[in-house]
Amino acid sequence: MSDAVVVRGLTRTFGEFVAVDNVSFSVAPGEIFGFLGPNGAGKTTTIKMLTGLLRPTSGFASVAGFDVNTQAHELKLRIGYMSQLFSLYADLTVDENIQLFGGLYSVLGDRFKERREWVLEMAGLKQHCRTLTARLPLGFKQRLALGCAVLHQPQILFLDEPTSGVDPLARRSFWDMIHDFAASGTTVFVSTHYMEEAEYCHRLALMNRGGLIAMDRPAALRLAMNEPIWSLRTDNAPQAVGALRRAPGVIDAAMFGRAVHVTLQKDMAAEDIIRDTLATAGRTCESLKQVTASLEDVFVSLVRHGGGAVVG
Amino acid sequence: MNGPRLWAMSRKEAIQLSRDPRSLALAFLLPMALLLFFGYAITFDVKHIKMAVLDQSRTQQSRALVEAFESSGYFTVTQHISHHAESDRLLGRGKVRLVLVIPPHFSQDLAGRRPAAVQLLLDGGDANTATIAQNYAFAIATRYSTELMGAGVAPTIPVVPETRVWYNETLQSRNMVVPGLIAVIMAIIAAMLTALTIAREWERGTMEQLAATPVHRLEVVLGKLLPYVAIGFIDVALAALAGVFILGVPLRGSSVLLFGMTLMFLLGALGLGIFISAAVKTQILATQVAIIGTFLPALLLSGFMFSIANMPLVLQAITYLVPARYFITVTRGIFLKGIGIQTLWIEGLAMVLFAAVGLTLATRVFKKEIA
Repeated sequence: MSDAVVVRGLTRTFGEFVAVDNVSFSVAPGEIFGFLGPNGAGKTTTIKMLTGLLRPTSGFASVAGFDVNTQAHELKLRIGYMSQLFSLYADLTVDENIQLFGGLYSVLGDRFKERREWVLEMAGLKQHCRTLTARLPLGFKQRLALGCAVLHQPQILFLDEPTSGVDPLARRSFWDMIHDFAASGTTVFVSTHYMEEAEYCHRLALMNRGGLIAMDRPAALRLAMNEPIWSLRTDNAPQAVGALRRAPGVIDAAMFGRAVHVTLQKDMAAEDIIRDTLATAGRTCESLKQVTASLEDVFVSLVRHGGGAVVG
Repeated sequence: MNGPRLWAMSRKEAIQLSRDPRSLALAFLLPMALLLFFGYAITFDVKHIKMAVLDQSRTQQSRALVEAFESSGYFTVTQHISHHAESDRLLGRGKVRLVLVIPPHFSQDLAGRRPAAVQLLLDGGDANTATIAQNYAFAIATRYSTELMGAGVAPTIPVVPETRVWYNETLQSRNMVVPGLIAVIMAIIAAMLTALTIAREWERGTMEQLAATPVHRLEVVLGKLLPYVAIGFIDVALAALAGVFILGVPLRGSSVLLFGMTLMFLLGALGLGIFISAAVKTQILATQVAIIGTFLPALLLSGFMFSIANMPLVLQAITYLVPARYFITVTRGIFLKGIGIQTLWIEGLAMVLFAAVGLTLATRVFKKEIA
């Protein structure tokens, strides 16, 4: 089976600003493909090009086998899209929103009845189908938006930061649904800046400043982290962080819960450096051990190598 | 074009409209309020002008002249005064608009077949009313003198200019205002209602969601348009009924033609409204542009309030770009003259052209966003 999404040298500029810079990747059918990156990295711009909302400046992209430049209409029949902002009609009821999408995607007759039932069931909105969407809690709105996006059973589902502002419990159940879709063969293309969400993806692409800086399975990305990370506990963590940041061979030191995580340059006598620095600063070292990198560590490290994030 | 998609868009728009009190008020209350306001309160007719009489002649003839003024219906004598000084006071305070002064030798002059001059003092503060009152007074005096001559031994029959007014026989301005107002109301509905509809989708982010669905831009534009066309028809019907049955305006032409022309006008005006809405993308700006760009021209440059023939040439040229200009000709033609398509086809053609331009612009403006 051919790839669900194929992207070759995709570029989009806005005047002087290069939002997406020569990006290439492909996504297999049934894969959950995560797009991770800080705000302004170019995630949303890429998704907009892949959903036919924005024309690429140069490069090639095909979705479900259709060229985004020339076959946008055919493409839109086969994808579902849920944008960053909640964007159903707040002044329509739950049912009216579902009917609108049924009409727009030509899901009609018996198939519509069946799909409507399915969406209400999935979103847990059976009792609320006559409620104005504006009155629903955010978690329900999000699930309704997801339901409307998959009403027509798309081959590929694009989710642009779908869980921003949703509480962790709702986010967890949202991801359970995404896994169900993938299990039934739907390709899911999701962008996020939540690290724990990135862990749910089959494969991750890390984006920064418009370019791809890494792409692999989450576990492989963590292993690929070059610099060792040590975790320590001390009597005065903030002071220890300050001292460690100035120490030679230390790339970064940061609070991590009650512990302090220290990233060091490769091949350094890490344990000695940390113990010496703490002793000089007059701090006690209660515990010290090397830890595996979290996705956040990997991400921060990669972004640092790439020249830092664009803030804004 | 796909039926279910168009229907889904229209249905959604109609539901949203029905839940928006502001739009509903704009759609139904405003037109009715305007119609009754213009129909009743604003009248360009002058009736029952208050006048005072300074009758220094005090003869049968002078009383007959005063009687002629009163019985005309245009004047009401509220004061009989005996000194010139009083006329200054009454006019100055606006108690009367006009003072008729009949000199002491009025009867003698008439008896001696000399020109019997009477004096009219007019309050020129309201130039419009003053001119009309002057004309009425002149007409009454002329008729009075012909009657006198007819009764006496008239050596010559004075020439009486006979005027006949066509279409609006009683020259009631209401008959001109109501059909014109229908056109103005349509322009308001079109501009104000649609100005919000697409800008709202931009502001709420729903346009992006729509753009990601397979809906075509023409389906979005037409789908949004249909509920407003329905409102436009209801408004025209209500305005026509109110005009005919409450305000007594004649409807002499074909109501089918009226609705057909209304449809053409609405398509153009609504398309233009949607274009504005899509082009500026915020509700506030869209409303302002709609008012300045369509509503004001419809009110001021369409011939509704000011006669186009009296405008400076530059403005006259601009009126050709105001769709309401053609629609007003159509509504007045159908209501008052009862004329049909054989006379109104030029206006019809102009409005078809506007409809085409409006819809094309509205559809084109989405090109960048919806493929």
